[in-house]
Amino acid sequence: METATRPPTWPLDIYEVFKKAGIRQVAYVPDAGHSLLIKACHADKAMRAVCLTTEEEGVAMLAGAWLGGERGALLMQSSGAGNCINMLGMINECRFPLLMILTMRGHWGEFNPWQVPMSQATVPALSAIGVTVQTVDQPDEAGETVAAAARLAFSTGRAVAVLISQRVIGSKAFGK
Amino acid sequence: MAHRKPILDRRKVVAQILERRGDALIMPGLGAPTWDCAAAGDHPLTFYSWGGMGGCAMMGLGLALAQPRRRVLVITGDGELLMGLGSLASIGVQKPRNLAVIVIDNEHYGETGMQPTHTRHGVDLPAMARAAGFRAAGTVYTAPQLKAWMPRFYRQPGPIFCSIKVTTADAPLVLPVREGTAIKHRFREALLGGRAYE
Repeated sequence: METATRPPTWPLDIYEVFKKAGIRQVAYVPDAGHSLLIKACHADKAMRAVCLTTEEEGVAMLAGAWLGGERGALLMQSSGAGNCINMLGMINECRFPLLMILTMRGHWGEFNPWQVPMSQATVPALSAIGVTVQTVDQPDEAGETVAAAARLAFSTGRAVAVLISQRVIGSKAFGK
Repeated sequence: MAHRKPILDRRKVVAQILERRGDALIMPGLGAPTWDCAAAGDHPLTFYSWGGMGGCAMMGLGLALAQPRRRVLVITGDGELLMGLGSLASIGVQKPRNLAVIVIDNEHYGETGMQPTHTRHGVDLPAMARAAGFRAAGTVYTAPQLKAWMPRFYRQPGPIFCSIKVTTADAPLVLPVREGTAIKHRFREALLGGRAYE
């Protein structure tokens, strides 16, 4: 007999880390892997969840937030990393702290071939523009990895991206 | 529709706007708007940008959300704004009451050889802003129109959007501090005091 699928708990672990780290602005381009976290941030009156049209908007927005004294986090799918590169140059030059959480596509058990190239380029592209990359391969690592990334970003004034493996999220099932 | 030739001088326009800045936070876009703001008088609460093209309005949004009691003026160019058109929609949805987006619109890419931008060919940025949900939007061609808009920049509930049509006349380069960390630190220090280095 199959057990009913329970919603994963790692997105709420990340949300708890956001609360503890004093995250006030959460900018995102939606991804299915982030949907629970996005919902939790929208429901929180102490947070402003802002939907973007493209990921680089969030990079600029959170630079503005930091200038105004607020901390933020940027959520996206790995395909959005490529959209951010030039704007991340500004983050690098000004040493703005930036916490990015990326859910991976095109990786573990991917079905859609068009997702693969940007997936393969995500780590080298982010590294090339000066973003520190950390990965989450197991659901129970998500909270502590994001907490460590937040400390690194906000205490040292740097951009840090946490990549959440497709293995954690589960491959997208087509035709279901 | 026939093209209407701009007559206003960008330096005078920006100087007139910034004369009234009070405690407002100013976010100039890269290139000429940054030089215009520097020419109007150096100020720690002006975040000069030398890059990040297409992000100026969104930087203004993040700042406006973080500082809801302070007025935030984005003062950018037509080419810079055109690179981030989606941000009009993102701002229109958030509706920050303290944000004004002002485009110093010379209808050209001034730093790269004066190639015409889309606004020279009739693309109507204020109409786009209005359609995206800005509370007020308009175009300024003349000094009396600018005078009428002046109090709106600082007091009308935002988000508001204004495109000010200016000539392509050469203005002397006035270059502010260049290093990003220095611009960031002095802005945060002036705004946040001791919290700037927490």
